[in-house]
Amino acid sequence: MSSFALSLVPKAKAARAGKVYGAPGDGYSGHISIITALVLFGAWFLVTEAGWVKPLFLPSPIAVYHKFIVAATDGVANSTLWEHTSASLTRVFGAFFLACLTAIPIGIWMGVSRIGRGLFDPIIEFYRPLPPLAYLPLVIIWLGIGEFPKIFLIFLAIFAPMAIAARSGVKSVSIEQIHAAYAMGGTQGQIIRHVILKAALPEIFTGMRIGIGVGWTTLVAAEMIAADRGLGFMVLNAAQFLASDTVIMGIIVIGVFAFAFDLLIRYLERLLIPWKGKI
Amino acid sequence: MTAQMERLKVDNVSLTYPGLRSNEAVVALKGVDLTIESGEFVVALGASGCGKTTLLNLLAGFMSPSDGEITLGGKRILGPGADRGVVFQKHALLPWLNVIENTAFGLKLQHVGKAERRERATRNLALVGLQDFHNHMIYHLSGGMQQRVGVARALTCDPAMLLMDEPMAALDALTRESIQELLLKVWEHTHKMFFFITHSVEEALFLGSRLIVMSPRPGRITHTYELDFNKRFLREGNARAIKSSPDFIQMRETILGIIYGDEREVSKELIHV
Repeated sequence: MSSFALSLVPKAKAARAGKVYGAPGDGYSGHISIITALVLFGAWFLVTEAGWVKPLFLPSPIAVYHKFIVAATDGVANSTLWEHTSASLTRVFGAFFLACLTAIPIGIWMGVSRIGRGLFDPIIEFYRPLPPLAYLPLVIIWLGIGEFPKIFLIFLAIFAPMAIAARSGVKSVSIEQIHAAYAMGGTQGQIIRHVILKAALPEIFTGMRIGIGVGWTTLVAAEMIAADRGLGFMVLNAAQFLASDTVIMGIIVIGVFAFAFDLLIRYLERLLIPWKGKI
Repeated sequence: MTAQMERLKVDNVSLTYPGLRSNEAVVALKGVDLTIESGEFVVALGASGCGKTTLLNLLAGFMSPSDGEITLGGKRILGPGADRGVVFQKHALLPWLNVIENTAFGLKLQHVGKAERRERATRNLALVGLQDFHNHMIYHLSGGMQQRVGVARALTCDPAMLLMDEPMAALDALTRESIQELLLKVWEHTHKMFFFITHSVEEALFLGSRLIVMSPRPGRITHTYELDFNKRFLREGNARAIKSSPDFIQMRETILGIIYGDEREVSKELIHV
């Protein structure tokens, strides 16, 4: 009986020197991720080259690469790939910086003031779960079809998670840290600037990462507004002609830029907030 | 500033925490009188719930009394200020600043120039034995060193008094002893008013020039003792010999008797509820 019960317990290996015994999910996983990517790519190559899937449903990596070269040199949908990309980058980053300038101070204000919280909490919590496509018509009616409504739509999507992150970041300051600063003659404004804002930085960075991710997901919706250029527009346009190679190429380009920027923020986070998770 | 000016006076202070309903109000302190003269080291000791932390919060200005008043140098305390430095149970340092920046932080808040900030912080870090750790980050220091930075930081604004809320509660026994000795040397050197809270009888006897024993329900001062073990240590320098001397042990047992009496009363009450 007892030996049967024991046989069900997975046999744990002794910890290697310098490692902690039994810590779940311990160790480096990067090489496994690279293998995952290679296997997926290989499977894609195999099923398309072997002709098991029609190119309309899934074009081969080679076809996508050719499309990439064509788009980069001759262009698709009346613009080169670089023109599409720079148009989209301008929109996403314009919205992102606009959100940084507004959402972070407002989030901090919501954290430190009941007036700020009372003012913005219902607005943010109401619109946050709405799909951007639902209020897209209103944005067009109110702001027209120029460049600003596209940026504004992305801005709205980024604003909410960033403000919420900054607000909850305020809570990571301890009351002792605030009391200590008051007992050294600090004023309320100094404490917000020198203590609360700094303590909230780790969560503000998390909010920036989530925010820029949400921004990319809203790009296609934003470029539905009478765009003639942009990665989202390029993909939408290709979909109408069932050009699945252009669709996949566009998806990969968006993915690469989004991932690269996420890596950049993570790098900045390590550089600027070395104390994160250490106290 | 004369000693008279720096006197701290707690005059018939009471504090009641309002409950949700009027019959749930908790009387944390009732009719507390206390005078601390310049250069005195006052230790407050008592069972948990006796109001010692509440008293410290009132002195720091983090709370206001429901009755009575507290004055420092004749001026009524209405909120926290740089004339009263506070050392917390958990260090409460700022992890984005290094040791010297943390120590000089209060001066920065008061717009003191950079050179003077550095000079004063350097002096106070040397006082707590951290002259070689200026550029270390807080999270790379041991708990004992973090508390020493906390003491240096509180001293750098040159307060009239230093308030300490169980600053050694989280430290191991060895570190505790060495910081007790350090604290007495800092006290001797600065000659400021020290107000120190602890629940360790031995620590209280060793550090205090005056010991106030507090009792719960309602929180009040029940016993006051004048002590000189701290001066003896500063003269003779052998802490272990003092802590194992017959008069120290006798005193310790007397006070333990008082505190255990309180503890028993509290547990009886809890059982009846």
